[in-house]
Amino acid sequence: MLLEIQQVSKAFGGVQAVSDVSLTVHPGEIVSVIGPNGAGKTTVLNLINGFYRPDRGRVLLEGIDLTRLSPSRVAALGVARTFQNIALFRGMTVLDNLLLGRHVRMRSGVLASFVYWGRAQREEVAHRARVEDIIDFLEIEDLRKQPTGALAYGLQKRVELGRALALEPTVLLLDEPMGGMNQEEKEDMARFILDVNEEWRTTIILIEHDMSVVMDISHRVAVLDMGRKIADGTPDEVRADPHVVKAYLGETAGPVGVATR
Amino acid sequence: MSATGVGPVAGPSGLRADTLPKFVVERTRANPRRPAMREREKGIWREYTRGDVLDRVGAIALGLAALGLKRGDKVAVISGNRPEAVWTIYATQVAGGVPVPVYQDAIAKEVQFVVDHSEARFVLAEDQEQVDKLLEARGGLPRVERVFFDDPKGLRHYARGWLEPLTDLMARGREAARRFPGLFDELVAAGRSDDVALISYTSGTTGLPKGAMLTHANMIIGARQFLERERVDEGDELVSSLPLAWLGETAWSIALAGVRGLVVNFPEKPETVLPNLREIGPHVVLAPPRIWENSHSEILVRIEDSTWLKRWIFRHFMPIGEEVARRKMEGRPIPRSLRLRWLIGELLLYAPLRDQRGARRMRYAFTGGAPLAPEIILFYRGIGVNLKQIYGQTENCAFCCGQSDDAVKLGTVGRPYPGVELRLTDEGEIVTRGRTVFAGYYKNPEATRGAVRDGWLHSGDAGLLDPDGHLVVVDRLKDVTRLADGTTLAPQFLENKLKFSPYIREAMVVGQGRPFVAAMINIDMANVGKWAERRNLPYTTYADLAQKPEVYDLVLREVERANRDLPEPTRIRRYLLLPKELDPDDEEITRTRKLRRGVIAERYAPFIDAFYDGRTEVGVATRITYEDGRTATIHATVAIRAVGEATGSGSVSARA
Repeated sequence: MLLEIQQVSKAFGGVQAVSDVSLTVHPGEIVSVIGPNGAGKTTVLNLINGFYRPDRGRVLLEGIDLTRLSPSRVAALGVARTFQNIALFRGMTVLDNLLLGRHVRMRSGVLASFVYWGRAQREEVAHRARVEDIIDFLEIEDLRKQPTGALAYGLQKRVELGRALALEPTVLLLDEPMGGMNQEEKEDMARFILDVNEEWRTTIILIEHDMSVVMDISHRVAVLDMGRKIADGTPDEVRADPHVVKAYLGETAGPVGVATR
Repeated sequence: MSATGVGPVAGPSGLRADTLPKFVVERTRANPRRPAMREREKGIWREYTRGDVLDRVGAIALGLAALGLKRGDKVAVISGNRPEAVWTIYATQVAGGVPVPVYQDAIAKEVQFVVDHSEARFVLAEDQEQVDKLLEARGGLPRVERVFFDDPKGLRHYARGWLEPLTDLMARGREAARRFPGLFDELVAAGRSDDVALISYTSGTTGLPKGAMLTHANMIIGARQFLERERVDEGDELVSSLPLAWLGETAWSIALAGVRGLVVNFPEKPETVLPNLREIGPHVVLAPPRIWENSHSEILVRIEDSTWLKRWIFRHFMPIGEEVARRKMEGRPIPRSLRLRWLIGELLLYAPLRDQRGARRMRYAFTGGAPLAPEIILFYRGIGVNLKQIYGQTENCAFCCGQSDDAVKLGTVGRPYPGVELRLTDEGEIVTRGRTVFAGYYKNPEATRGAVRDGWLHSGDAGLLDPDGHLVVVDRLKDVTRLADGTTLAPQFLENKLKFSPYIREAMVVGQGRPFVAAMINIDMANVGKWAERRNLPYTTYADLAQKPEVYDLVLREVERANRDLPEPTRIRRYLLLPKELDPDDEEITRTRKLRRGVIAERYAPFIDAFYDGRTEVGVATRITYEDGRTATIHATVAIRAVGEATGSGSVSARA
């Protein structure tokens, strides 16, 4: 297994955001975490990438304990993420935002960069080449020199995905990548997520509200409710799970996929 | 066949070639290291020499031969402007096959029709999007044996067999080249000038597309006739950015480029054409009117958005540029004071604008495929772009009439090229004869008999010849409109006058058998949207924006401007703004953006009736097709305005 979340709990004051959640993610999987608002989904992502420290439990990446590491160390180990509310440098161009995403992969020090030729120059070319691969992949060739703040919302989300990809992650954490998008933009984004997973074998943990998308693209789905995991399995298993139906719909039963739209 | 003008196929260029592949081979053997193609990929221009191109063409050609492609077999090509698509077109010709380019934005149903009707055995598909269409249509494509794809992204888990990467085909071809070293040359040598070089499916404003068969002789002579009048040097740069399924594009980036040895540049993607154009600085350009119209609108809107100083410079010097251009065209002298002011304009406005639009070293630019408003031609000539009209049909290889540098007359498309015989029938239809007239429609002899009678190709266009022998294209013969009082008018002429406005994207003028002329107008979403933002005018969708009274006022001014130089009886009296854009997916407009008048008149019949019964608004339900093929119906109330009085606005609601 690639990523192992072992019985983590996290409380904020009196609120138990996450209790005793375990989740195992295998290499190359797309795992979705779903649940009602306030179920603790984003908290789980924050516990993985080191924004929060769990009160109890551990998070292991290929056997390395991430629990006590800073977010930048976790990123350097290959865990990248995007945010619910886009976190880009709005005044900077798409290209510069993506190059910044390479930051943790940059080796040359300040002095070497200042001198520029030799290793620093070779490194810069290599980083640019990698960023160009991503630009090609996400089909944003026409946006290179555009300030990200001026882009349409759906394109900003795409650039943010690109910025996360620039890190060459082994695990990609996506927090509502399709939030606020129209149907066409959602379909494009779903396509990109599948392509990232296929082309670069990137493992993906996804939080998403749009149930049809989740059920279409996930290999496995974990369901949180009130900070607890109440189900974990293939989309079909989860859809049929009585606990899930109850959490989403109260007592009146019905198929999840239909009712949440 | 005509005995005038251009002689034998090969001609005096020093090359003996009588097929397009022979030109490519001979030019490569002479100078293998000269650049032939450039592609902008991952942010840099990647160059292919003539030797590189011939190597790829050879690999694909022998790969096709190894799969059993026989002489006359068809290969469909569904791709954007990429070197691989052009290699495959040449390679198919080398192997004795016939390439059939397909519009890459066609929907699955249309792709299926063309691929199946052409009986293509193989298909080149650019990427996953095209492969998905073919998979969707596979049940209706029994003759397609294999689909080669170029860009493998997203196709990793698709089953192989029917699908195969282009690189595998090329590897097969290289293997064949090792085993049969003389095969490539034999294949090239076997080609004959009257072989079909290309089948170009015309989008047609009525009925199903028809596959026009063009021979190597047609295409080579077409290019050579053009070269007799226009200077194009070996090694000149051109940019390939229009659909390869449009014959105008193949006539340039395949025939003219192959015959003359030009460097063909492929932009990164359709959205980057303008910056890429600027990097290349092509010597010659051909583009259909909509490209010139869009570019002109964009310039006007950007000027509107810039500083007062730039606006002043533009408003002051643009009329000077146009005045000088007009005097040059009419051969009138240019007074010294005007020349001086023009020089200042050249420094401040014309040269910077030309540089902006990638026209820095452009010798000339052509517009063709449909008429372009004289105002727009004058605008470009005013900033020093030598923009000229060219006229022709797919069926006579696109180059039939064109303006020469010393005799550009606004409103005409110039004189016939050397070797083209042109006359008008008694009904006023433009007919042509010559060696560029095609070999017929594929599997449609009836349509061929309708188009070519006694050797004359009937264009379906109504025309006039002015005293100097310049052709004036009036409109489609069947579209020429007669009002109730007998006044005749050419709708396209009025529509182009309207489309001169940056705020109007499409327009359809009606009036057949009616008392006056009326217009249904599509606003330009981008430009009107910007205009609305500047005025803090809130709007939600296209339909909402189009029904704002303020937008009606804006368009009213444009209609009045268009009316200004029209004779009284043909002026537009009433207009409305359509609640949706005319869309090729709804079959309202062709992929080359020509109106399908029959479809529109039928679909919007209530609008047209409402023009003439004095109503000020009309309720209507229109069907629209989403990208994914789902359909929905829009219920709208659309306002009708009379030109010269102000009335209400409409409202719109959508229901799936």
